[in-house]
Amino acid sequence: MHILQHIGEYTLLMGKVLRLPDRQRMFWRQYSRELEKQGLQSLPIVLIISVFIGAILTIQAKTNTENPLLPTYTVGLLTRDTLLLEFSSTILCLILAGKVGSNIASEIGTMRITEQIDAMEIMGVNSANYLILPKIIAFMSMMPFLFIISTAAGLIGGWGVGAFTDIITIHDYLLGVQYAFNPYFIWYAIIKALVFAFIITSLSSYYGYTARGGALDVGRASTKAVVNSNILILFMDLILSKLLL
Amino acid sequence: MIEVKDIVKSFDGTVVLDHVSTTLEDGKVNMIIGQSGSGKTVMMKSLIGLHRLDSGSILYDGRDIARMSEHEIRMLHREVGMLFQGSALFDSMSVLENVLFPLEMFDREMTDKQKEERARFCLERVEIAERAYHLMPAEISGGMQKRVAIARAIALNPKYLFCDEPNSGLDPKTSLVIDKLIHDITREFGICTIVNSHDMNSILEIGDKVIFLRLGKLEWQGNRKEIYTAQNEALEDFVFASELFKNVRRANS
Repeated sequence: MHILQHIGEYTLLMGKVLRLPDRQRMFWRQYSRELEKQGLQSLPIVLIISVFIGAILTIQAKTNTENPLLPTYTVGLLTRDTLLLEFSSTILCLILAGKVGSNIASEIGTMRITEQIDAMEIMGVNSANYLILPKIIAFMSMMPFLFIISTAAGLIGGWGVGAFTDIITIHDYLLGVQYAFNPYFIWYAIIKALVFAFIITSLSSYYGYTARGGALDVGRASTKAVVNSNILILFMDLILSKLLL
Repeated sequence: MIEVKDIVKSFDGTVVLDHVSTTLEDGKVNMIIGQSGSGKTVMMKSLIGLHRLDSGSILYDGRDIARMSEHEIRMLHREVGMLFQGSALFDSMSVLENVLFPLEMFDREMTDKQKEERARFCLERVEIAERAYHLMPAEISGGMQKRVAIARAIALNPKYLFCDEPNSGLDPKTSLVIDKLIHDITREFGICTIVNSHDMNSILEIGDKVIFLRLGKLEWQGNRKEIYTAQNEALEDFVFASELFKNVRRANS
């Protein structure tokens, strides 16, 4: 399908989604379910990946800064800034696009092909608003917390390298983590993460909502949701980095 | 009552509904029958307002659906119950929650207790045992899913009930149960029921009014008794295609 048609359909769908819910109570119920499903259930994978990446970044930073002219705190500083600026916002969202995005696309796609969405529409429910808005708001409200948790877990991973190996001392690592800290980086990363959270949930919902056919088509919708979310995240990362840094 | 007046619907130049006119009456089971590709599904979707007509009008108790805005159609849909071919129960909700859903979404007058009582009444009406109320749709049989879907469709006291192939995928005995339920509910609540069906048993059992479509045109309409004596070759070919129904016809005439 032509890309302009996709953009048009996506815009029309968002027009139906981004409205005040018909019933606030139903919205908050769905919202709390989504907080648990998209946010809390993502926590284990966020923690595991972040701890390992933090540790790996520390080891790699040390390997690449084996120079007596560079200060010893460089490793901690590099790990912190990489986690803050790129990993815990962008790379984490690329990973979550795989988990959350495919989950949303397959859930809504299955509802579409089994006529559950038609059933809602015929009852007079704005199905797009009822199904998609809580997912977008819930994931966007969980994203800053996931970012903070990921950064903290990554830093702990780096600290573990200092604590359990002789690659770097804990003192040097912690000095680097605290050195020349710019608090704006946190806001920059949170803004990026919020934009990426919107992309993941809205784009995956779009592919699920417009799925037609059978199980194979739901699988295709899920794949498209993940691939296109990733491309759009990287594209927006480039634009936001240029605008915000 | 739904009045269908001279409706035409085409897709990419192919006429699917060709000047169809009929009346669908309250308190009766109105059955739309015909071979695959005859325009049944398009007619049902046009009746519900999912397709915009090329010409003609569909009047819901005098209100023309073709002149309604999207919002007005959504309001009209709150008077409509729909039973889907595959039941279309929400698989993330229990049986009871499925029936409660339309009540929680649209009924602003009932208390939570009254809503639950209403949902339980609807489930009892379709003979769903209380032990099944908290099961998920995937945990109950196809026949039970259909009955729960009927309970959900009647939860808001609809004026119009649409049933798309209600017996699809069911065994003959369960099909009879569903047919009886549709028939009894139609009578009991005075609903205008529209059934899209291929099932000859259903047509001959509960078809108060039968509308036979062929190649998008209204070929014949009448009641189930008149089918036996209808002088229409296409209808005979369709309804009495099997030896079994030929024998039924002989016995009845």
